Parts: sequence; C-alpha cells; structure tokens
Amino acid sequence: MLVIIDYGVGNVRSVTNAFRHIGADIAVSCKPEEIQKAAGLILPGVGASGYAMQKVAPLADLICQQACSGKPLLGICLGYQILFDESHEMGTHKCLGLIGGKVIPIPPGRTVPHMGWNFVEPAIGMRLFEGMEQGKHFAFANSFYAEVEDAAAKVATTEYEGITLTAAVEKGNIFGMQFHPEKSGADGLNMLRNFVRICGVK
Amino acid sequence: MLTKRIIPCLDVKDNRVVKGVNFINLRDAGDPVELGARYSAEGADELVFLDITATIRSKKTIVELVEKVAQNVFIPFTVGGGISSADEIGLLLRSGADKCSINTAAVKNPDVLRESAERFGSQCVVLALDARKDPAKKDKWVVCVKAGTERTDIDAVEWAVKAEKSGAGEILLTSMDADGTQAGYDIALTRAIAESVHIPVIASGGAGTLESLLEVLDKGKASAVLAASIFHYGTYTIGQTKEFLAAHGIPVRPA
Repeated sequence: MLVIIDYGVGNVRSVTNAFRHIGADIAVSCKPEEIQKAAGLILPGVGASGYAMQKVAPLADLICQQACSGKPLLGICLGYQILFDESHEMGTHKCLGLIGGKVIPIPPGRTVPHMGWNFVEPAIGMRLFEGMEQGKHFAFANSFYAEVEDAAAKVATTEYEGITLTAAVEKGNIFGMQFHPEKSGADGLNMLRNFVRICGVK
Repeated sequence: MLTKRIIPCLDVKDNRVVKGVNFINLRDAGDPVELGARYSAEGADELVFLDITATIRSKKTIVELVEKVAQNVFIPFTVGGGISSADEIGLLLRSGADKCSINTAAVKNPDVLRESAERFGSQCVVLALDARKDPAKKDKWVVCVKAGTERTDIDAVEWAVKAEKSGAGEILLTSMDADGTQAGYDIALTRAIAESVHIPVIASGGAGTLESLLEVLDKGKASAVLAASIFHYGTYTIGQTKEFLAAHGIPVRPA
C-alpha cells in the first residue's frame, strides 16, 4: 500500500482521486505506523512553505528516515519544494534537506503565478518519465521554483518567459514534481502509474 | 513555452448545467459530473464550475456535487459562486477544487482575497470579475456583483489592479454584455485588464466562432479562454478548437 501523507496542507483529495482512478492501493494518513508500513510515500501540498514546514514538523524526522532507508518518496508541488534544503518564500525556512538546493521566487518581469500547461523536458534516464522521454505538457501553478544544487539529482526543466525552471527532480528513490501530475490529464496519470510501479506494488 | 488554455465552463443550477444569454433565459445543457469527466478526458486544459444561483439565493455552493465532479476531473478545477470567506475556500479545496473564484465577497471586502492568499497561496485565489460597459464613458467598464444582478460604480480596470495587490492569482473576466451571445469576446475590455495586471487573465463571455477565441487570445492578450455554449451544444470539440488555434500560431497543449 502507498500512503499519502496528510499533514493538513491542501490538495490531498485531488491526489487521492488520481491514485484511486489508476487503481492504486492507497491510504491517506498521518500516523507514523502507517507511514512506516507503506511501500511508498506521497507528500502533497498547496500553499506556503513556512506554513507547510510547521505542519510537517512532527513527521519530518520520520519522513527523512524512511526516504534515506530507500523507500520511494514523491513530493508534489509544495510537497516537492520542501524536499530541498531551504525555501525563501516569505522569509527563509529550513526544509527537509533531502535534495540539495533552495526554493526561490520566479524572477520579476514575468506573469506570476506560472499558471497553466507547460512543456517539460526530462533528463535522460528519469524513471518517472518512462514512456514520455520526448517530453510532455504538465499543469503548473507556482510562484516559486527550486534551484537544484545536488550533483546526484537528475532534473527535468521547462521554459517560461525566457528562463529555464526546474520542473521535476529524481535522486535515487526520491522524486519530486513542481507541476501537478494529478491535474495533468492522461500524461499526469501515466506519471503516477510509473511511481506506483517503482514502488513495486499494484 | 506556456500554452494558452481552453476552459469549458459549467454554469450549475439545481444540480444541472445550464446556459443563458446575458446571464438570463437559462436552458439545460446536461449533467455536471458527466460533462466534467468528458471535458477532462477530451483534453480541456481546465474546468470551471460556477454555482450561478449561490449569491442571489444566499445558498452555499453544493459541496457534495463538487466532490462528485472532482472525482473524474484530472485537470485543474476551479469552483465559484457565492463564496464569502477563506473558510469556505478551505472547505471547497478539501472537496476537490484546486482554485476558487470570488466576486461579490471580494468587492465588499478585498481582505477576503488577502486572507485566502495567505492561507492557501494566491495560485488558488481567482478573482471573478463580471464587467459591463459604462454607458456614460467610452472604453470604460464597471463591476457587477451578485451574479450580474447588481451594478456597482467601481471601474473594472482599477478593481483588477487592486485585486492583484490584495492577493488574487488570476482573473476570470466575464463581459456581461457579450455573455451567451456567441457574438465574440469583448476584446477591448480583455486587453485593458490584461495589460494592467501581472497575473493571468481568463477571457469569458461571447465565445462563438473559433476566430473569436483566436482574437481574444491574440489581440485581447488573454492567457486563457473560457467557453460554455459552443462546447456544451457540440458546435466544436476541444480537439477542433486546439487544432484551429495551433494552425494560427497559438501555442496549445495537444488534445
């Protein structure tokens, strides 16, 4: 079974709907024993990083320990942003530190939020993009993005009004997406299927 | 490159999708759960659900219906109609909405936008701006509230700028003069708003021919187009719409 970690920050319902639609065995929980038993973990989230870190704090050590022991972990949108070392959204907030890098604002002079469907180009060998190696459009809704400073991480990118933004990242068993796979139509659902397969469950 | 979005809109009354002309003379257009699932599968870029009776009847948007629609919608899903507080937005987000649109409550008290943006992020706070031509002034529009039943003296462009500062992350702009007429969007209005703010503007009201969609995305500088009648009654499919726009140089996500 996979567990969507419910730490009280946003779109749990949408993510659950999408995993159920593809027939995944999924539970929504914030209980440490269920998180420990899960074959894979999903960290969702919509909103602001500072608030999210506050809410996730009681589970932070457990999540990091699970990820470091090799359990697949997928961060989505805000849940992806808090995988990095720190976020500069309304102050500086220390995050989970599972992937080296920081979350910073999209540079001024552009339409913000970055809202809508943008073309994402994966790096070679990214497992989440299996079957979509040439790139696809995914749905974004963000005002901040991650600057990755981690040699071990593979990075997928997207072009936005003259700059290249990080769209998704993979580092071993740790996965993250700035966009919303649960809201990216058939291609997004395929990406979730890839994650379910990586977790080794139905 | 960011693509332009094609957004079907479900105007919902008594659990059915309806469509009127200039916000009145409603006729039935189908079941919201079925239509939502169909548009999501056909390659629409987002779905908007508006409870059009909510404000005038002081009735809250039907949460159970939103939950049912959301179960089969795997594209961004905006819900609006009669939302009056950040708490209600929280409830709708938990029910499966990704964004919520606010009109009347924000006009009465712009702090609703600020509070909602602080709690949930501005990416899920949509200002619904219903505008009508100001009969006294050329190229001026005024804001209407309560599902179009009440006209204010507020200038539409000034309100859009203020709403952005208050925390709105997007504007759903409806021309009440054009709504349901299928005679084309109000290009001047859309452009005036889009050039005054730094957040995306969704053009709504008046979708008719595919050329009218092209015109508001190009000359009107809209980030997205919303349409109801042309999709509900089968005039065009999402696929046909996107093929036409792509052939005329508008970046779209293939359906």
